[in-house]
Amino acid sequence: MTGHHTADPYRTTLRTAADWGLVALVLIVLAALTLPLGAKDGVALGWFGGSLAPLFLIGVALAVIGGRTAPSRPLGAWVELAAVALAWLLPLHLLDEEIDLSAGWGLWLFLTAATLLLWRVLGTLSGVPGWTRSVLVPGLFGLGLLAGWEVLVRGFQVPAILLPAPSRIAAALAANAPVLWDDFGQTVLTAVVRGYLMGCGAGFAVALLADRVPFLARGLLPLGNLASAIPVVGIAPIMVMWFGFDWPSKAAVIVVMTFFPMLINTLAGLDSSERIQLDLMRSYGAGHARTLVKLRLPNALPFLFNGLKINSTLALIGAIVAEFFGTPVVGMGFRISTEVARMNLDIVWATIAVAALTGSGFYGGLALLERLTTAWHPSMRER
Amino acid sequence: MHTAPPPRSDGASTPVPASSAPADGPGHPIVDIRGLSLIYPTADQPVTALSDVSLSIAKGDFVSLIGPSGCGKTTLLRVIADLERPTSGRIAVEGLSPEQARLKRLYGYVFQAPALYPWRNVERNVMLPLEIMGLPAAERRTRARAQLERVGLAGFERKFPWQLSGGMQQRVSIARALALQPDLLLLDEPFGALDEITRDHLNLHLTQLWRATGKTCVFVTHSIAEAVFLSTRIVVMSPRPGRILDVIDCDLPRERTLDIRETPEFAAIAHRVREGLKEGHSYDD
Ligand SMILES: Nc1ncnc2c1ncn2[C@@H]1O[C@H](COP(=O)(O)OP(=O)(O)O)[C@@H](O)[C@H]1O
Ligand SMILES: [Mg+2]
Repeated sequence: MTGHHTADPYRTTLRTAADWGLVALVLIVLAALTLPLGAKDGVALGWFGGSLAPLFLIGVALAVIGGRTAPSRPLGAWVELAAVALAWLLPLHLLDEEIDLSAGWGLWLFLTAATLLLWRVLGTLSGVPGWTRSVLVPGLFGLGLLAGWEVLVRGFQVPAILLPAPSRIAAALAANAPVLWDDFGQTVLTAVVRGYLMGCGAGFAVALLADRVPFLARGLLPLGNLASAIPVVGIAPIMVMWFGFDWPSKAAVIVVMTFFPMLINTLAGLDSSERIQLDLMRSYGAGHARTLVKLRLPNALPFLFNGLKINSTLALIGAIVAEFFGTPVVGMGFRISTEVARMNLDIVWATIAVAALTGSGFYGGLALLERLTTAWHPSMRER
Repeated sequence: MHTAPPPRSDGASTPVPASSAPADGPGHPIVDIRGLSLIYPTADQPVTALSDVSLSIAKGDFVSLIGPSGCGKTTLLRVIADLERPTSGRIAVEGLSPEQARLKRLYGYVFQAPALYPWRNVERNVMLPLEIMGLPAAERRTRARAQLERVGLAGFERKFPWQLSGGMQQRVSIARALALQPDLLLLDEPFGALDEITRDHLNLHLTQLWRATGKTCVFVTHSIAEAVFLSTRIVVMSPRPGRILDVIDCDLPRERTLDIRETPEFAAIAHRVREGLKEGHSYDD
């Protein structure tokens, strides 16, 4: 265990570590052990009162020791992550044993310590460049939130009508998959995709035109401020009257919402080329179209992506809200409004989950595309 | 939209027939400027950037424009490049109006900053003017490679601008101007932002390049040593209003090394330039 390892200045062992953060965590856990774990049949249950809790405790302790003695900090962080996971599995196990956790202050204190350990682990991992930092750390963070949500809701027996546990939402998602899929097809694949393409495409095209015809830009930009102040709930019913109950009215709402953000961002992007770069194109005898393609549009890419990303969120919100004002009997907004009325909140939450996942996937895909196409931009180049 | 240049009424760009132009230098005038003035109409008060400037630049010359900042050096270069239109006077570039010369891509312009496009690697930056000219891909590549080799950047084709030093970036921009294979090279303080050691090195490079290619160069600087080292003629300018004070012949041998700066001939010409610049200053102070 010693040998060549002793030369490594980053190596830490339990004996040499003056890691006071860890000492504090250990003290919290020791305090937690004196408090109850929960209650069974109305009787308080201690840590060593016949449950499997001691096994979890030993596992967590071993993982922490393993993490501290690992040859490198990131590797140790992964082992400590196992300790965190094991700690958060304990309440789930206890719930399966039908133990009431709402009075288990020892357990909650223990979980607080586990969360602080997760904090430290994420701090270490976010120093590792590449996928670890950009994907795994946010993923683990989200997973941590879900775990906390699950355990708190079930531990304190929060009524599902107020807030169901994630597992319950997942179950509702699975049970209602065909209905939710139809809603997704109607709202996202039909209305959002079409409205988004039309709104962004029109905003982009009009921006190219306004770039050539200055009075168009002057006249349209104030209208943009006006349009962004119009609430969706105001235009949605009007669009339903104009275009009917099906997807065209939703697409129209999306077009109204996304047109100006795209127009404004495109115009700003087209204006972002420096004079010297424009002079260079002029010195080559390049005309408007050439200058646009070779210089001004590439320069505008970060602005275009900004508009596309803003609009991805707006489009989804627009479609869902617009469906509150009339729709065929399918669609995510329709589902939310009818199931809320019927107190079927599991389906409502499942629909919200679908919307949230769709929104982040949409946004994430655009962000990824932006990274690929504007890797040259200083904002992407750092790190 | 931009094929034939429209005839202009101000007469500023009427081609000057080569025969009527008095030959100032040994060759054929490649740039001929007569009584040129340019006034910038700014918001508060019009700025006279050039006032009655006449200058004839012969083929194969290396002409430096020197003077304190604000004396119109950049403006004069931009007028030659048709990036700015004169208020009055005549100018001909290779016997054509500046606009015709620009559309025929008869000059290469090196700006004060490299102005490389960050989304293009070095080779594709040099190929940019060739793409606009519509050359086939294979020819673009050969030409770009040849010019990069000429400025000593072979092997850097795949690098991106931000991965190069300032001096290397400016060499890329020179290679880009050379890629058009123009007879006329317009350089606006191309090494102004660089340290002196890099600058000496690039000056040596530039004079060798000029000798090897026989191109005509118009070079803006405010360094006397740089002007004397590079030029065959030095145009001394003065501000408010921008005008030409003197044109000094710089008859050092064409083949020059950095050592030439230690010779008495070099010192004598530098002295003349300095005296000329002083003359201009007595006007405002
Ligand atoms: N686009 C412009 N608009 C108004 N004034 C300008 C413009 N460009 C240059 N000037 C003015 O013209 C004068 C000459 O400028 P310039 O040719 O850049 O001088 P130099 O290159 O010798 O420093 C200066 O007084 C400058 O302020
Ligand atoms: Mg200048």
